[in-house]
Amino acid sequence: MPDVKTNRIGIELQPYRGGKTTLCAGCGHNAISERIVEAFFEMGVDPTQVLKLSGIGCSSKTPAYFLGAAHGFNSVHGRMPSVATGALLANKTMIAIGVSGDGDTGAIGIGQFVHLMRRNVPMIYIIEDNGCYGLTKGQFSPTADVGSKLKNGVVNDLPPIDTCALAIELGASFVARSFSGDKKQLSAILKASLSHRGTCMIDVISPCVTFNDHEGSTKSYAYAKDHDEPLDEVSFVPYFEDISIDYEPGTTTEVRMHDGSHLYLKKVAEDYDPTDKLSAIRMLHETSRRGEFATGIIYIEPDKDDFTTMLNIVDAPLATLPLEAVRPGQEVLDEIMESLR
Amino acid sequence: MTATDPGVHPAPARIVNDFSIQVATVNGSGSQTANLVLLRSIFQMGIPVSGKNMFPSNIAGLPTWYTVRANKHGYIARRKEIDFLVAMNPETAKEDVLALEPGTAVLYDEPLRLNALRSDLVFYPVPFDKIVATVCTDAKLRRLVKNMIYDGVLSRLLGIEMPEMEKALRKQFGKKAKAAELNLGALHAGSAHAEANLEKRDPYWVERLDKTAGKVLIEGNAAAALGCMMAGVTVVAWYPITPSSSLPETLISYMRKYRMDKTSGKATFAIVQAEDEIAALGMVVGAGWAGARAMTSTSGPGISLMSEFAGLAYYAELPGVVFDIQRVGPSTGLPTRTAQGDILKTATLSHGDTRHILLMPSSVEECYTMAMDAFDLAERFQSLVFVMSDLDLGMNTWMSDPFEYPEKALDRGKVLDAAALQRLGGEWGRYKDVDGDGIPYRTVPGSGMPPYFTRGSGHNERGQYSERPDDYQNNVDRLARKFATAKRYVPQPVVDDSGADIGLIAFGTSHWAIEESRDQLSREAGVATSYLRVRAYPFPDEIEAFIARHKRVYVVEQNRDAQLRALLKMDMPVEYVGRLRSVLHYNGLPIDARSITDDILVQEGLKTALPRRAQIAEGVAVGGE
Repeated sequence: MPDVKTNRIGIELQPYRGGKTTLCAGCGHNAISERIVEAFFEMGVDPTQVLKLSGIGCSSKTPAYFLGAAHGFNSVHGRMPSVATGALLANKTMIAIGVSGDGDTGAIGIGQFVHLMRRNVPMIYIIEDNGCYGLTKGQFSPTADVGSKLKNGVVNDLPPIDTCALAIELGASFVARSFSGDKKQLSAILKASLSHRGTCMIDVISPCVTFNDHEGSTKSYAYAKDHDEPLDEVSFVPYFEDISIDYEPGTTTEVRMHDGSHLYLKKVAEDYDPTDKLSAIRMLHETSRRGEFATGIIYIEPDKDDFTTMLNIVDAPLATLPLEAVRPGQEVLDEIMESLR
Repeated sequence: MTATDPGVHPAPARIVNDFSIQVATVNGSGSQTANLVLLRSIFQMGIPVSGKNMFPSNIAGLPTWYTVRANKHGYIARRKEIDFLVAMNPETAKEDVLALEPGTAVLYDEPLRLNALRSDLVFYPVPFDKIVATVCTDAKLRRLVKNMIYDGVLSRLLGIEMPEMEKALRKQFGKKAKAAELNLGALHAGSAHAEANLEKRDPYWVERLDKTAGKVLIEGNAAAALGCMMAGVTVVAWYPITPSSSLPETLISYMRKYRMDKTSGKATFAIVQAEDEIAALGMVVGAGWAGARAMTSTSGPGISLMSEFAGLAYYAELPGVVFDIQRVGPSTGLPTRTAQGDILKTATLSHGDTRHILLMPSSVEECYTMAMDAFDLAERFQSLVFVMSDLDLGMNTWMSDPFEYPEKALDRGKVLDAAALQRLGGEWGRYKDVDGDGIPYRTVPGSGMPPYFTRGSGHNERGQYSERPDDYQNNVDRLARKFATAKRYVPQPVVDDSGADIGLIAFGTSHWAIEESRDQLSREAGVATSYLRVRAYPFPDEIEAFIARHKRVYVVEQNRDAQLRALLKMDMPVEYVGRLRSVLHYNGLPIDARSITDDILVQEGLKTALPRRAQIAEGVAVGGE
């Protein structure tokens, strides 16, 4: 809503914007950056209380292009999950958004990805998924489909990693897939993710216009438009809006989010339960066997404890605890010394 | 002066409070408890002691040797010579006995019949299985209780007061009263057996002294953990690796006991066992960026894995503390043996031009104080600080004066706040050198201060992406300036300059052998020496001045490649480089004084060198080009 001057916490759009993109014109990643700006603005998230992080690659450049008022961290290749985990342990009151790519996540960073999901670290983790390495000129990544063809004719013969199935299996509590070309769905998913406390893993098919948008690619705009199978109509009603949605019993899954917001997932194609792990994973396998990719909120577990809750950390940020809270008194040292005599 | 003929029983001259006992056992047999009781009881009698565990990289069933050294002069380095062997391990007993010097006392498990091997040793056979059967009815427990019998025998033979042994034993078992009683029975049975059956024929005696009053016994890793807690650490990420693991594990137990918030009962810390060392340092770097005091602890293989993040922390200027409990490398190396082999690698860890601050503790007390220094320096210099401990310091038990409570407030470094921003005239650049010391101001996320984009790619002084040649060069030149500033802040060297021609330079645990070696050099060969102990990198100016004041400088270290000397050569003016010689020790055992003394005497032309093969057998290699 660009014509609105300020959002619900009285902040203008400008601090939500970032620097000018240096990615190729038409790159799917730019559309995702725009959706992030919109979602954070419309949800009224204070950008100075956001951490934006990334690894290395085209996708990992994008945190420079959104939320200019937030601290950003472009870390090392495949290692953003550990940096984000450490930052959130230091200050669990911050909202964290990480942007990665399919190589950054699926290849060099698969180990850290696995453990981030497993810990249910409270952050939004976006994979800008184009099935190739853009910054090094178009090599296949681990999410490229079998039979997908490079511009130079090389055909991929290894099976892809389905990051959504993996994330569900590993313990992420909010798993979604979308398409950079589907503004409405991606916006709704991003807003819903801001209401969730836990790992929100969002795989966004985001075509690479330069190296992977040709005939024979399964990550091109044309292919994505033809094979995108929206699972449900995602309606998100934030806690601060007084709207009720009526739906026919059996057609819609209603989910109450951590912060009191409501999510309505109206079934369009598949009859499956997004709150059931097995059902979600089966659906992913079935759609992929048909050559389709299912989009929408695939799995959600709104009440699962996030990592900082599991660690029983005090409410205040660890980073700013005063000396008296972090240095035990003389009597403690005396007691320990006495025990060593 | 020792009884060399077991057939003759002269009253041997007494050697009091100056000997070492080696206990050869099988790991996993509970021998560590018996060894610590032995160490502690001598300590309680006021005699300076040290205990060194030489153990295998294995859970149970392989040979282990534990050496207790008692020394009235306070020498606590490893001593090569063994005066008293306790041979419990059938696997190694023969080899152990054949390697002994004539006159050594041997307490052994009777069925091993070690007395048939040599006639120039003093043998004390003890039927351990028979004795243990009388004190322990549960056959399954006998294996674990058996070792306490040798403590009982030693108590009698060496004159270690039984009440002190009992006290040490009870302390060792803590709340496990039943186990303590069982072991007390074994201790007394051993003592009774010795009284009834063994005639004292060795010269070694323990007599009460007053040199340990008020002191504590602690391992370096526990001391470091204590220092981290007192430094106010809040985020810890680690990956299990020998010999580092006991540092975070001890820290966990301290923090759970002493760092829970009193009103909410919640933790004022987060400790995470990471998926590997890469992630461990990634978490530390992320936490440091977000304003926390964060640390990890590892050993050589972990250091290798951390190199990429170390470069990021250097270049993006992020604080964090890394303990390196050094073990023998390269590769897996000898995971349970000690070395000082990571110094050179760690000083320049990562690709590109990188330098890191290293602290080098030589005592458990310094493990404690340098842990606190490390956090202050990391935040002051917005960089990683590596604390270069080693297995000998970290995992062995050392005597120390009790640690002092830190009086200094924390140094959180140049973190921008409203007042600082005003002082800077409202103008802030993340990597701008506003004070001429190379240290910029940083802002912490969530603080309301201006944001910046942290990156490992090229950046200008405002933190913006830049590939400009002048931006790159200005930035790394400032980083070099910042590193030079650190010379004044790091722990300064400890110098004992006697005005001699010969200077010794060492760091870390080599210190204890150096102290003893200097006395040997002076007493046995009239060679006077000065001594400088390096405590940190970058090298403070005093190190160059020390080299300038001496004709020949021996750099003593526990690695093959003279790594400290290599670092010194990089930093010293060329005219001093030729003065630097090396004494190197790198067989996995802690360095000992005799090896240093002999090596220096050879290099000084005062002694003939051993043939090369013998040198290797002795664990000594002569330095030089």
